[in-house]
Amino acid sequence: MAAFFRNVIRNKVMLFMVLPGAIWFFFFSYLPLVGTVAAFKQYRFNREGFWASIYTSKWVGWDNFKFLFNNNDAYVITRNTLLYNLVFIILGLVFSVAMAILLSELINKRLAKLYQTGMFLPYFLSWVIVGYFAFSFLSMDRGMLNQIIAGFGIEPIQWYSEAAYWPYILILVSLWKAIGYNSVVYLASILGIDKSLYEAAMIDGASKWQQIRNVTIPLLSPIIIIMTLLAVGRIFYADFGLFYQVPRDSGTLYSVTNVIDTYVYRGLKTTGEIGMSTAAGLYQSVVGFVLVILSNYVVRKIDKDSALF
Amino acid sequence: MAAGKKRKKRDFHHISRGWNVVLNGIAGMFAFLCVFPFLFVVIISLTDEKTLARDGYRLLPAQWSLEAYRFIFRTSDTLLRSYEVTIAVTVIGTVISLILISLYAYAISRKSFRYRRFFSIFAILTMLFNGGMIPTYMVVSQLLGLKDTIWALILPLAMNAFYIMILRTFYSTSVPDAIVESAKIDGAGEFYTFLKIVLPLSLPGLATIGLFSTLGYWNDWFNALLYIDNPNLVPLQSMLMRIESSIQFIQQNSQNSSMSLAALQSIPQDTSRMAMVVLATLPIIFAYPFFQRYFVQGLTVGAVKE
Repeated sequence: MAAFFRNVIRNKVMLFMVLPGAIWFFFFSYLPLVGTVAAFKQYRFNREGFWASIYTSKWVGWDNFKFLFNNNDAYVITRNTLLYNLVFIILGLVFSVAMAILLSELINKRLAKLYQTGMFLPYFLSWVIVGYFAFSFLSMDRGMLNQIIAGFGIEPIQWYSEAAYWPYILILVSLWKAIGYNSVVYLASILGIDKSLYEAAMIDGASKWQQIRNVTIPLLSPIIIIMTLLAVGRIFYADFGLFYQVPRDSGTLYSVTNVIDTYVYRGLKTTGEIGMSTAAGLYQSVVGFVLVILSNYVVRKIDKDSALF
Repeated sequence: MAAGKKRKKRDFHHISRGWNVVLNGIAGMFAFLCVFPFLFVVIISLTDEKTLARDGYRLLPAQWSLEAYRFIFRTSDTLLRSYEVTIAVTVIGTVISLILISLYAYAISRKSFRYRRFFSIFAILTMLFNGGMIPTYMVVSQLLGLKDTIWALILPLAMNAFYIMILRTFYSTSVPDAIVESAKIDGAGEFYTFLKIVLPLSLPGLATIGLFSTLGYWNDWFNALLYIDNPNLVPLQSMLMRIESSIQFIQQNSQNSSMSLAALQSIPQDTSRMAMVVLATLPIIFAYPFFQRYFVQGLTVGAVKE
């Protein structure tokens, strides 16, 4: 015990430095973990505050989970979250890597830099702004898309109430926002590849295509694998902004736009099903945690240095 | 494409001229598509309101007008108010997060700190497991009582384990232990060493984190969605959201109420809303070529592990 205090005193300056951050983590990351017991309770807000609300709510055991999984919601939100993320991961990877290779091959580097700057722009805009952008194309009576299809003599489409189109729209918007950023990551590591490898390949008579296939992609694969596995670890988390702002929270679209994150939010703010919503959130956290651990384990197997922990 | 053909030596690496044109076309097209929606919204905001009602959103409107911007600056206290809130949140938030993150990351980057492993894990664990939206909401609003205060917009975004990891890597690569040790031998205290030696050496890292969090605060609407009801505390992004949903609300109910027609008129017109979008985005557009450089740096640094 005395040794412990001696150590604390010896490290007091450093401890003082981590203190504010540690307090933040305690309140904003660790205390909410206590709140997850609401998933096992019939939650009622109590004026007395956080502890009282949790304490006075009645235990219901696994009932919240049973309700959640017995109605169709759990299936729809899980399906949407997983499928969208899967498509984002695969298409995002293919297009980002292709764009990075393409940019690295351009002869005029100044033009390549200019394109890269343009592609990076969407990454800096908030989802609210992107939602407005989408509206300028999709608005029923004024949007550009309906004007274009009217030019072909087709009836205008009520985009914000036709669920069938939204999987494609959401995928397009998501790719549009992410490709520029991701291709910069890949481009950075392509530029780091030793040029003499390409010269050697050319001396052996490799065409440009063969160089890409046999030099660039193999040397890029560690970072591709890590980026992909990190994304797989987050596959249970949807980008709330994409699914909430871009479809403008339109109720007729919920069958294809409702994901776990938006479901949990609506449980809190509109439907008031706090217990069930917390249950959905806990389900997401637990599965997400398992996936992160698993994907980190796989990363460790492949490349120990790149693992997160 | 074929590299074996007769070529000048300096062209050795290059693709053929034809392919170069094609690839430039693809990359240029995509880059243009990334920028185009913003240009389109600028055009809409500069369109005459009546023309817009007649023709819809056009690339080349029949009649241009600056009326939307005049309208905003004449009537919209809410916009100015939101600008103030956003700027205050961004400035205060960035300063607070830089202080918290740089101190925390420095302590856990020092090998002499006995509890560095404990506090590293304490931070990293938060990346793996969190209570989720609703428990966090309960803590912030009920336990900390931050609802409808400016702190609800600042504190939830102040720390982030990922930024701590980036900065820790930065410290350990750009500030060699030897420098810190020699400062200590010269009699400098820990804090003095940190302020006078470590911070100046790691300015690029701090700038990276600072820009990340500036962007995070400027673009945040989610915390306002959860915690802010007071109209005087609504930040820009969130105000744009609210204008939109109140218009939908009024339009849906406009048949059965006589009052809503008046309400409908007080709400900014289409062009003015797009002008607000432009005004909310403009600072980012001006700053982002500068941001971009640091982001690329931050990305590269983040990829290197200790």
